[in-house]
Amino acid sequence: MTATAEPEVGKARLRKEDARLITGETRWTDNLQLTGMLHMAVLRSPVAHARITGVDVSRATAMPGVAVVLTGEDFAAEQGSLPCAWPITEDMKSPPAPALAVDQVNFAGEAVALVIADSAYHAADALEAIDVDYEDLPVVLDMEEALRDNDLVHPDLGTNRCATWIFDSAEAGAGTNVEDEIAAAEVVIERTFRQQRLIPAFMEPRSVVVDSSAGMFTVWSATQIPHILRWMLSAVTGISESKLRVIAPDVGGGFGGKLQVTPEELLCLLVARRMGRPVKWTETRTESMLAAHHGRDQVQKITLAARRDGTVTGLKVELLADMGAYLRLVTPGVPILGAFMFNSIYKFAGYRFECTNVFTNKVPTDAYRGAGRPEATFAIERMMDELAVELGMEPMKIREMNWIKHEEFPFTTVAGLTYDSGNYEAATARAMELFGYDDLREEQARRRADGSVVQLGIGISTYTEMCGLAPSRVLGALRYGAGGWETASIRMLPTGKVEVITGTSPHGQGHETVWSQIVADRLGVPFEDIEVLHGDTATSHKGMDSYGSRSLAVGGTALVQAADKVLAKARTLAAHMMECDEADVEFASGSFSVRGTSTVRALGDVVLAAHVAHDLPEGMEPGMDADATFDPDNFSYPHGTHLCATEVDTETGMVKIVRYVAVDDVGTVVNPLIVDGQVHGGLAQGIAQALYEEATHDEMGTLTTATFADYLVPCAADLPAFLTDRTTTPATSNPLGAKGVGEAGTIASTPAVVNSVLDAVRHLGVRDIEMPMSPERVWTALQGRPDPGAGDVAAGGLGSIDAQGGQS
Amino acid sequence: MIPAEFKYLFPSTVDEAVRMLAEEGEDAKVIAGGQSLVPVLRMRLAAPTALIDIGGLTELTGVRDDGDSLLIGAMTTHYEVQRDHLIHDHALLLKLVTDTVADPQIRHRGTFGGSLCHADPAGDLLAPALALDAVMIIAGPSGRREVSASEFFVDYFTTALAPDEILLDVRVPKYTGWGAHYEKLNRVAQAWSIVAVAAAVRVSDGVIAAARVGLTNVGSGPVRAVEVESALVGLPATAESISAAAGRASTGDGYKDNLARVLTGRALTAAVG
Ligand SMILES: Cc1cc2nc3c(=O)[nH]c(=O)nc-3n(C[C@H](O)[C@H](O)[C@H](O)COP(=O)(O)OP(=O)(O)OC[C@H]3O[C@@H](n4cnc5c(N)ncnc54)[C@H](O)[C@@H]3O)c2cc1C
Repeated sequence: MTATAEPEVGKARLRKEDARLITGETRWTDNLQLTGMLHMAVLRSPVAHARITGVDVSRATAMPGVAVVLTGEDFAAEQGSLPCAWPITEDMKSPPAPALAVDQVNFAGEAVALVIADSAYHAADALEAIDVDYEDLPVVLDMEEALRDNDLVHPDLGTNRCATWIFDSAEAGAGTNVEDEIAAAEVVIERTFRQQRLIPAFMEPRSVVVDSSAGMFTVWSATQIPHILRWMLSAVTGISESKLRVIAPDVGGGFGGKLQVTPEELLCLLVARRMGRPVKWTETRTESMLAAHHGRDQVQKITLAARRDGTVTGLKVELLADMGAYLRLVTPGVPILGAFMFNSIYKFAGYRFECTNVFTNKVPTDAYRGAGRPEATFAIERMMDELAVELGMEPMKIREMNWIKHEEFPFTTVAGLTYDSGNYEAATARAMELFGYDDLREEQARRRADGSVVQLGIGISTYTEMCGLAPSRVLGALRYGAGGWETASIRMLPTGKVEVITGTSPHGQGHETVWSQIVADRLGVPFEDIEVLHGDTATSHKGMDSYGSRSLAVGGTALVQAADKVLAKARTLAAHMMECDEADVEFASGSFSVRGTSTVRALGDVVLAAHVAHDLPEGMEPGMDADATFDPDNFSYPHGTHLCATEVDTETGMVKIVRYVAVDDVGTVVNPLIVDGQVHGGLAQGIAQALYEEATHDEMGTLTTATFADYLVPCAADLPAFLTDRTTTPATSNPLGAKGVGEAGTIASTPAVVNSVLDAVRHLGVRDIEMPMSPERVWTALQGRPDPGAGDVAAGGLGSIDAQGGQS
Repeated sequence: MIPAEFKYLFPSTVDEAVRMLAEEGEDAKVIAGGQSLVPVLRMRLAAPTALIDIGGLTELTGVRDDGDSLLIGAMTTHYEVQRDHLIHDHALLLKLVTDTVADPQIRHRGTFGGSLCHADPAGDLLAPALALDAVMIIAGPSGRREVSASEFFVDYFTTALAPDEILLDVRVPKYTGWGAHYEKLNRVAQAWSIVAVAAAVRVSDGVIAAARVGLTNVGSGPVRAVEVESALVGLPATAESISAAAGRASTGDGYKDNLARVLTGRALTAAVG
């Protein structure tokens, strides 16, 4: 066996999965063709709130190629309710969530009927021939209005208030009473921020194929969570979990948007069971935007107490979080994930977080890259700037005087978490240097003095986040319905090749490459000899899947533990083979040797010996495979300093990012290229929230941004060259020292951009601008006029055509 | 894409295409580059019964010199417009506008004529066609006719083309030696203009001899800023004259009115050079 010369961990390897992805060689779910396969198309409600008084399918049923047309009535007895795994409080209100609406629709885009036909074309044609009678109900869109309970989304619940969840540092014994801090404060700042609704906008639309044969159901789905999906589908349908196999083949992105048990997955399964034939459903882009869950959508009222010298003392957070019409898998818990992060890297004495979840007639919200933590980071980083302005202090200085010092780690925060490690000073120093902070401040002063048309602003975001979801006991304390461990197996094959099985479910992140790098180093086998298997419940029988920047910190650790188990057994066998004491066996570069001798056995030889089992030590089982499951006892806490310089054209309101520096500390880096990729993509999404993206509805509750002509996802041409660097302060909560990087860029960047734009125009009398900071919004703020809303300027093109529901 | 069913026809001459259009009736549609029509089909916003693909009519492709004017074939792609020497020399504004349209993939398929026929008020080529006094040469069952740009653009997504007519060529007078600029404000690279201004200016001896200004996406079709044009003529080509004239691009106080004025000023400044 060849020794690996230089360590794999730390190497900027190209991703081994990319060739098949970018050449189109892989098979996505929609590429699957099974004999006798039927196609499902979904009729969606064009109205946001109505009673269904009649559905006539007779015309549609008679159309060419149509096998059957099914309505909510057909499934009422068997569809159950889509699962919500996170009942955040004992008294949380949770309406039944049918996959197919039976007698009432609660958001525009909700599934109302299905056509099952011999082709996707015939299925789509027949949709137009289904007649549904709707009796309009009052539409509830605004959260504050919803809380008045004048009109109810779910009359049976008697209220639109879903739940209120509170963390109070005084009650938890983690800090003082925030009201006392506010009462005693020299400065109190109160602000309200709006986190607009966002659409995850993954590249591959959702797609499901279900095959039923011989009592066994195989479900292919473009999902992030094959294991959770299997469990939940079994729970909802009563199909034995052992008769369900879920496969997530290559999946084209998720960003939390595929962390879901969708109505369509359940419906495909029910239809396949009913018809005894394979069924496929693939959504269109517009369908995806209408019906897949959305993200964010909060109103944040923040009160910050401080002393005149800049020391922060108290933080009170009052949130309204829009659930939409139903509670999907983790809908109610997403804002709660932010509860522990509003205090961020700062040392507040008192803290209180209170979140009220509200029902509206919109598509449900749920996880979207960062899930709860971007919202928290935005609010606190905006507030630190507001405090700096109020006190006339330099915004970086005020952060520095309040953050946890390097020598204070481990540090237990006012929210009750223990940050294991961090070095905010080092990341900030590096960022300031890369950015050229002082020069830019000078340039800014010059433009202000000149009254330049194009003003310059500087925005800061010194963030942290919690990753590595999650210690199972913490999830239990938060009433989450599952654990947060992860599992890995290593199969040592007789030819010396290695199969790695992971319970994580990559959907674009590059786990195959990174997991191979880790195992190559650990076992001294060549990178190329390692195959990573994932996303199939038949090969990877258990796992908690991928989200929350957990895969490396939790799943990678399980992998290291499995490799160590392989090595431990191999060491025992090697000692037996070399006829020496186990204590004298050394392992390096894939070979065992006896200390002080030239006797050597390559790992491959030991593995073969274990496999043939001709001569094993007393009591040793044949084979050299190992499984390991890791349950972390703490989260990991990436942090960093992001600096953004923007130019604001005061005549048009156009914002341009002219420099962006991101110095992140994500702990030990296995593959710097992949980490850079995650940071770049994350930045793009965070910047998009600040400047471009927003899901908007008209007053009837129709989504008015249901195409990419209206929902503005930026591309490379819209973004600056990112200057990225890292500091490395390893996590102490896992042996890799990794913290997670999947969400850092998204979490950090939004406030950096918004702070920067406000910094550019604050001297012109502007105090705040809502996101996304469109040119019209910026210009209107500069005129001192009220916010014009998002939809006033049609994007033109397709945007001039109303994208009503994606169907006529 | 899962559009409604349609019949697909591929004529090889203009006459054949015109005949097919007539035979297939009102619900037939011409398809050129498909970059606007295909999205409409995929969303089932329209369900034409037949598509007549004019991609095989090679005589509709390319740019010809016709004395005082250029003849631009309707099927000339954006990509070809960007690289054509005649357009560069005699109608620079069209090249500069086309440079800002969509992305390279779309510019390789989308056509000059298709953009004009689609008549999206946010489409970029309408305003320069109007400002440059382009004339549409149209074929129909009763022969050929010519329609000036000012009569061609009727309303949102509506032109003077009858359902059985095809745009063949666009005649554009030569603007040899004119300065030109397109000032476009859009939010992301491939979003349409919020407002954009197309300007062409002829300066002789430091004095503005003639000006053409067209506005994109300020109404139901392209708008020609005639007041700005006439205010400029005879003035010295200076910042002061431009800013005074640009102020006439609009009288309102809304965001788009503001953009019309600001972008007109910037377009003229750049066009004067
Ligand atoms: C993502 C995207 C971004 C875009 N961005 C921009 C942009 O920034 N600016 C911009 O201006 N445009 C933009 N476009 C539109 C693009 O320029 C289209 O190519 C153009 O609008 C239509 O040209 P086409 O040849 O594709 O026409 P088609 O889509 O084939 O046809 C459009 C319409 O015109 C009719 N038609 C076409 N040719 C003729 C003819 N010769 N005679 C009679 N009728 C005809 C068709 O029947 C149809 O109704 C964009 C398009 C896309 C998809």
